[in-house]
Amino acid sequence: MAVTKGEFFTLLGPSGCGKTTLLRLIAGLELPDSGSIFLGGQDVTNIPANKRQVNTVFQSYALFPHLNVTENIAFGLKARKVDLSLAKTKVERMLETLSLDGLGRRFPHQLSGGQKQRVALARALVNEPDVLLLDEPMSALDPHLRTQVQSELLDLHRKIDTTFIMVTHDQGEAMFMGGHLAVMKDGQMIQMGTPREVYSRPKNKFVAEFLWGANILPATRDGDMMITTLGPLKTADQVQWIQGHLAIRPELIVLGEGPNLGQGNYVKAKVIQTIYRGPSVELLLDPGPVKVVTSPRFNPQPGETVSLFIPPADLVALEDQAA
Amino acid sequence: METPPVETSPRETSPIETSLEPTVKGPPPALKRPTGRLAGLLAAGPGLFWLTALLALPCLSLVAMALATRGQYGEVVWAFSLENLERLVGYSLFGWSPDILWILLRSVLVAAITTILCVAVSYPLTFHMATRSRSVRVFWLILIMVPFWTNVVVRTYGWLLILGPQLPPAKLAALLGLIPPGGALYPGSFAVYLGMTTTFLPFMALPLYASVERLDWETLEAARDLYASSFQVFLRVILPQTRPGLAVGVIMTFVPAMAMFVVTDILGGAKNMLIGNLIQQQFGQARDWPFGAALSLALMFLTLLSLALRKSKAPSGKGTFL
Repeated sequence: MAVTKGEFFTLLGPSGCGKTTLLRLIAGLELPDSGSIFLGGQDVTNIPANKRQVNTVFQSYALFPHLNVTENIAFGLKARKVDLSLAKTKVERMLETLSLDGLGRRFPHQLSGGQKQRVALARALVNEPDVLLLDEPMSALDPHLRTQVQSELLDLHRKIDTTFIMVTHDQGEAMFMGGHLAVMKDGQMIQMGTPREVYSRPKNKFVAEFLWGANILPATRDGDMMITTLGPLKTADQVQWIQGHLAIRPELIVLGEGPNLGQGNYVKAKVIQTIYRGPSVELLLDPGPVKVVTSPRFNPQPGETVSLFIPPADLVALEDQAA
Repeated sequence: METPPVETSPRETSPIETSLEPTVKGPPPALKRPTGRLAGLLAAGPGLFWLTALLALPCLSLVAMALATRGQYGEVVWAFSLENLERLVGYSLFGWSPDILWILLRSVLVAAITTILCVAVSYPLTFHMATRSRSVRVFWLILIMVPFWTNVVVRTYGWLLILGPQLPPAKLAALLGLIPPGGALYPGSFAVYLGMTTTFLPFMALPLYASVERLDWETLEAARDLYASSFQVFLRVILPQTRPGLAVGVIMTFVPAMAMFVVTDILGGAKNMLIGNLIQQQFGQARDWPFGAALSLALMFLTLLSLALRKSKAPSGKGTFL
């Protein structure tokens, strides 16, 4: 796994997948049993945490309760014996950058969640690390604060020239940050790419389902044709297996008969359930069950038969073979 | 206890308050609970009695005793005299001698070394405990507590046996050439501080454990992440966060350690006199209660002095930059 300098990289995965452990390995708080970690071309695998040019924003922020905001931020500078007046300037600039002006004399217990997070950010960034690690930085924030803080974090990343590596279990957050992301499971990196790549071309069932649940269709290859429960379908992908799985995003299935009629990949299905979501309508169809997300203009009733167009370009052949 | 004065002046009310409650006039209704002087005295009574009978009076009698003189047969003669205080700082019939001051200083030193040793043992011990599972923690707590329930004399004699010439510790020390062959590991400083440290360890370890257990471990990682060396982590993160427990431990160790003489006598061979010995002697063999009282006052003064020093060193809580 490689992260480009200056990038906003996201490690995404369900809890317990080892993403935080990976972050701790990069920070040097844990040592790997095998493998190596390189930082700017230098092997840092055996360099202890306090000697790595890497700083972390901890999930619970881990602010020093006995130090005020200024002292918290100055901790790293002081530990490295940075000149006092220079340290003072740096801390003040950090307070300003993260709009913490006037809070310097407060203690952590006198701060709100959002302020604590900004102090944790300032405490890490004031050291001008090569890499900033963020361990689920939004998880301790109120949901309505999260979107705002996410934008602020992106702004901050744009302003300073530091590599950010963030861990999150929130797909939306990982997508929003825009840089490359890596999907992890059971300590393994499953897929890496831009949000668009990973979302639209999932590599296997796990990625397809973890990112807002794609429809997974078991299929058998018969020449160019994929025989599925929905009927014979074509895909634009190269298929390696005889028996395996295909994935199609619910919102990429086209409802109704359109100009593509006659080109194949048209199937008929019966509506089991219609869920009105407001901005969209969600249909559960038989056989399958296949999920379709479409414009709220449509309102098919349960029991009705609808026709679907499954664009071959959006039908992804997954790596998983049938058991 | 004083009764809260009844408000006679009209209360300052904000415009909002007035508009909300236009009908309320005059002073607020009196509280229903009896708040007379008598009730206050009744409530404070038991505590006041306790303090008077068991703290203030004994202290006063100690002061009074210290200012009295010893009679010919060891009885207390209630004649005011500063003689005991003069003896305390070294003046006697035979001129000035620093003996008593040395004893005081030695007592402070022994107590200080004991306290430092207890701190040095307690930090690793409590960190080890706090990182174990619940059942293992309980086991360790029991290990610390059980010797604490045994009489200190019995425990100290136990050390005499363990450090005796026939047992492995002494044999090993002899083998290494630290003591002559066939010798015991007592009497001596080693035995004294071993005995003192084990005697006072629970007083230090238990309060410290309470603080260490509440420690936010992530802050230690944060400190390492922020370039702190192990020593800096201890000094700048662990120490400030465990200071409350440490302070209690230091007081609970230092204060009684200063008056301790049983352990030092048994394991030190009664060679060096400490203030505890001296006080005990005055009230016992010497039958000189007034001088014993003066010595006790000196001990109390030293204790209060060290507590005051600690307090003045404690951080004010106001943040200072860097």
